[in-house]
Amino acid sequence: MSDQPQLLYKNRYVDGIAGIDTWIQHGGYEAFRKALSMTPDAIIDEIKVSGLRGRGGAGFPTHIKWSAVPKNFDQPHYLVINADEGEPGTAKDRDLMNAIPHLLVEGCLATMVAIRASKCYIYIRGEYVQPWQSVQRAINEAYAKGFCGKNVLGSGLDLDIYTHLGAGSYECGEESALMSSLMGERGMPRLKAPSAPLPMISGVWQKPTVVNNVETVATVVPILNMGGAEYTKIGYGSPRSRGTKLFSISGHVNKPGVYEIVLGTPFSEVLEIAGGVRTGHTLKTYIPGGSSMGFAPPTPLDYPFDYEGIPASTQTLGLGSGGLIVMDETTPIFPITKRLVDFYHHESCGKCTPCREGLNWLSKIYQRIEDGGGREQDLDLIWDICDNIQGKSFCALGEGAIWPVMTSLRLFRDEYLSYIRSGKDLVMAQ
Amino acid sequence: MARFDAAVKARLDELISRYPTKKAALLPSLWVAQEVYGGWLPEDAMQEVADHLEVPRAEVEGVATFYTMYNKEPVGRHHIEICHNVSCMMFGADQLIDHCVRGLGIAKGETTPDGVFTVSGAECLGACCNAPAVQVGGTYYENVTPAKMDQIVESLKHAPSDVAVPPQSKMPEQTKF
Repeated sequence: MSDQPQLLYKNRYVDGIAGIDTWIQHGGYEAFRKALSMTPDAIIDEIKVSGLRGRGGAGFPTHIKWSAVPKNFDQPHYLVINADEGEPGTAKDRDLMNAIPHLLVEGCLATMVAIRASKCYIYIRGEYVQPWQSVQRAINEAYAKGFCGKNVLGSGLDLDIYTHLGAGSYECGEESALMSSLMGERGMPRLKAPSAPLPMISGVWQKPTVVNNVETVATVVPILNMGGAEYTKIGYGSPRSRGTKLFSISGHVNKPGVYEIVLGTPFSEVLEIAGGVRTGHTLKTYIPGGSSMGFAPPTPLDYPFDYEGIPASTQTLGLGSGGLIVMDETTPIFPITKRLVDFYHHESCGKCTPCREGLNWLSKIYQRIEDGGGREQDLDLIWDICDNIQGKSFCALGEGAIWPVMTSLRLFRDEYLSYIRSGKDLVMAQ
Repeated sequence: MARFDAAVKARLDELISRYPTKKAALLPSLWVAQEVYGGWLPEDAMQEVADHLEVPRAEVEGVATFYTMYNKEPVGRHHIEICHNVSCMMFGADQLIDHCVRGLGIAKGETTPDGVFTVSGAECLGACCNAPAVQVGGTYYENVTPAKMDQIVESLKHAPSDVAVPPQSKMPEQTKF
């Protein structure tokens, strides 16, 4: 491991850290005790000072979400944790929930104190049976120790955490679709502000609701332990990218894995942490933060890998969920992009026309090219369809679907053309 | 024919108690129904869930058909799902699917005649750093090679079903709504 400070993963490799006794021995639940000794506003201030931004993909400042919850609202309101990790290339939440589930539980409890919520639902994707069991076991242990339940540690607060298992839908990772799904409906997105109230005003069951990613609430724990001001010292000085983030680095690197890396670390160093590009091969392209971010060119390499540095230096959508997929020169781009188009087509919920129809057409065009029936004007057609989805779909799924398409077409147009002009389509034309 | 006995209904009631509305327990209830009905959701299963949760049958069907993990057709005792998304594809997922179905003598998405195995492709399983990944019931297998795939199939041939729904772990006493 490099000299990257480890905040979330500090005790990741300690034997038995998934159990509550070992967790407490290593300083577990100290942040929660600290939260209980603070006023909710003081906790939110600490998070504001730290500059924490959502780790799920959008990077929304966490304290703004939290402080939007009405202060004098007696009825139950909710914390909902988005553990519906499904963005291709992203495997960080699964690792966190499997290995250090108490970090998530403690983060949930501290967040509930901050937003005055009494109920928390952790929405875990249906495929994650092992992480689900790991988290449920941790919750049960927390109940047994009195960290959850009624009048927690004599504070007068009732804090309940439930797990909720999804059933296989990428779209449910979208905030409003996730809330629909939690309420027992089809996982379709809802109208957003300003056309509808924010979830923090009217979310699940029309009650104030904060939806946070697993890693976001987990990061609350080290922030409370060290203090928000101290947390801002970790980083490369960019006021908008503070602290560390988990990156799942997959593809053609020597040591794929989940790594905690300081935001703003030069991209070349990030690659080195994962052992560098496969020995004997060269970098062709990479997807910086989950497939929706799109393909990045192999240069430049020395730019800050963070919320601002990635979009500015690579013309991709950005940091996203931290799912970095590295591809070397042996990787064919057209089939990879086709796979992604088919994925988004399959996962489109069907609510809005641009996404539902547009992805259906894209999927058919990619199939036609693969079958050898592609025409050169198909490339313009693909671009035109993307243009008709961009900015016009109901939620971010449509937007995310076209970025890998547009970036691959921009960077690797020659590969598309050679695929279209290859012998295969000549045979088909006869 | 109704298969929800008192024990199943008690499980559903416990699930309902975790939410402010009965309808919210629909997804977990469908999981239980799928387990009770042997891995898929025939019409009777959806009807029983609808009756118990007092939710219109059409809504139950609407939800059940939206999510891919609720099976609308019978599946084998072991449902082998091979991730074919980008990171796994780069490490031979498509060849792994071909190898697996050829070995079992079926096509992708089909079930073996003896009803033991169903093989399908799966979207990103979130195990990108250990590609390719395979899920069977609740178990993940990672860095799977064709040889390792053969071993998995062999080891499961006579094993009982590892249904994707392990027993809902019993929650300690909860505040009721």
